[in-house]
Amino acid sequence: MLTVKSVHTYYGNIHALKGVSLHVGKGELVTLIGANGAGKSTLVNTICGLIQPRKGMIEFQGKPIQSLPPESIVPMGMALVPEGRQIFATLTVESNLQMGGYIHRRKRDQIQEDMARMLDRFPILNQRRQQLAGTLSGGEQQMLAISRALMARPQLLVLDEPSMGLAPLVTKEIFKIIHELREEGRTILLIEQNARAALNIADRGYVLETGKVVLQGEGTMLLEHSEVQRAYLGKGAKEIVDA
Amino acid sequence: MPIWEPEKECVSRDELQQIQLERLQATLNRVYRNVSFYRRRFKEVDFHPEDDLAELQDLERLPFTTSEDVSNSYPYEMFAVPLREVVRVHSSSGTQTNPRVVGYTRQDLNNWSTLVARILSAGGVTQDDVIQVTFGYGLLTGGLGIHYGAERIGASVLPTSVGRTERQIKIMQDFRTTVMASTPSYALVIADRMEKMQINPRTLSLKYCICAGEPWAEAMRQEIEERLFVKFTDNYGVSEVMGPGVAGECLEQKGMHLQEDHFHCEIIDPASGKVLPREEEGELVITTLTKEAFPMIRYRTGDLCRILEEPCPCGRTFRRMSPIRKRCDNVVVIKGTNIIPERIGDVLEELKGARPIYQIVAVREGHQDQLEIWVEVTEQFFSDRMREQRTLVEVMKEKIANFIGISARVKLVETGSLERENGSVRLFVDRRLP
Repeated sequence: MLTVKSVHTYYGNIHALKGVSLHVGKGELVTLIGANGAGKSTLVNTICGLIQPRKGMIEFQGKPIQSLPPESIVPMGMALVPEGRQIFATLTVESNLQMGGYIHRRKRDQIQEDMARMLDRFPILNQRRQQLAGTLSGGEQQMLAISRALMARPQLLVLDEPSMGLAPLVTKEIFKIIHELREEGRTILLIEQNARAALNIADRGYVLETGKVVLQGEGTMLLEHSEVQRAYLGKGAKEIVDA
Repeated sequence: MPIWEPEKECVSRDELQQIQLERLQATLNRVYRNVSFYRRRFKEVDFHPEDDLAELQDLERLPFTTSEDVSNSYPYEMFAVPLREVVRVHSSSGTQTNPRVVGYTRQDLNNWSTLVARILSAGGVTQDDVIQVTFGYGLLTGGLGIHYGAERIGASVLPTSVGRTERQIKIMQDFRTTVMASTPSYALVIADRMEKMQINPRTLSLKYCICAGEPWAEAMRQEIEERLFVKFTDNYGVSEVMGPGVAGECLEQKGMHLQEDHFHCEIIDPASGKVLPREEEGELVITTLTKEAFPMIRYRTGDLCRILEEPCPCGRTFRRMSPIRKRCDNVVVIKGTNIIPERIGDVLEELKGARPIYQIVAVREGHQDQLEIWVEVTEQFFSDRMREQRTLVEVMKEKIANFIGISARVKLVETGSLERENGSVRLFVDRRLP
């Protein structure tokens, strides 16, 4: 579905991605983990067309997209749930969902149908359908952001740090939703700092460090991996202090 | 026969290439960061993994790693993780002065078991089988490598290890062994011994013979199959790279599937080092894609083979390698042990301070290979007292056995009697094949 091959991205002179390759197969939940500044968000922005890579290839549904702008990529079937949610705070929940279905705007029936399904899926959003999105709690906003992305009926859903700024219990809820989406057969690329939660639900994962992939493998394998445990899951920290 | 990991072993070639590229990039990033040997080698050719590996073919820019490099790194120099992450250490036979030491992390062992499970599955093994492992356990990779893979499948494993043929046969009868893992020549030793003991192989439960460890000929396969009533599959391992599990034959018996999601394989011209066109015969060069403790970049195996591109009817998409018939260096493979003839001279030289004139002879008696070392008698190596003479031979035998790990016969011969070619003695003579 998505193939990223040896991509290099720069911010000015800063070499942010140094030859990153990854792929997401149909129906897979793939996660990308890494510390702050490892290049996770740069990779998302590069995939979605917000930044253009200087070198390398990105293929989506068999077509090269590395030089396309986001507005050309979205209709091809990719939707982003952006970092920090980025909902339209001054619009109602309903309008936010409608905006998500923008590329299908001529198919009114489809939009109505999808919107009903989203509101059905997230009863809390249904309760607040006429409320301004800015008045929602963090978790509710995240649900809205996910539903908004789904309104585009994407082939690939890209989630950028969905747990950011959320309380642990709410985070758990969001990961449950992502897991359900995976079970429904959706293809998902999940970018996360919360390595444990992400690896728990992922089929496969990549570990990014200073713009390079240094580890990759199945989710459960990475979860057990000593390097991941030390660097991202805080295991072994006590031993180091004691020693 | 079921495929152990169908979603991986039958992956499309396109996806496989992407997986290989991703894993290769991660491997090179790690060795560049963690192994000074590779960092130095890469810098010598001005290769920065992050910039210079955009395609799999870019790997060709990197220098080869040889068994000598590994030997020189004795014991831990080339490990890519701290020792606390290493949960197993193996060591190869001492063809060089220093043995070649390899390490495995927990994840490496996990992958290793899976790869061997794939190969055993391909050779017919299931959880209902009773498998007798007659490879050596211990520092060599053969025994434990097969062992863990068989356990992963859920077969019942009999770790009988090498030798004691009559006991092996008794176990085979009483424990109703269905699969034997052995060298091809040992399979025939078993067949011979059963004949002597007047045991009809039909009364055994044997179905499959999983063979490795030495060159064999098609006639040998046929003989094993006919005499033991088994299906014979070949598999290939290199201890520096992993051990068994690198490639294995499926029941189509048309070459060994390389486990290409874990190993990147090239065929080179052993003389020039150039990568050869598709399907040509040359030396197999392997790069590990998932090994953590002991990654290998472009390792020259010294084994000559071809890589067959044609798809296999079994459904696996991994390419196959032809059986190894010979090596491209002077390494002698006998009883699954690699020997460099020059090193035997070093051992003999240590004894008396002078290098004797000697010749290594491999012979086959019945189906058993024997290593003989013929030494020309000179003043240093001669004593008129019989006792001293015998002691000297004993000491030589012991030194050699200690060094290479298998016993050898030492014969003293008359000065000038060894076969000479252009005035010098050929160090190795193979009398095993007719």
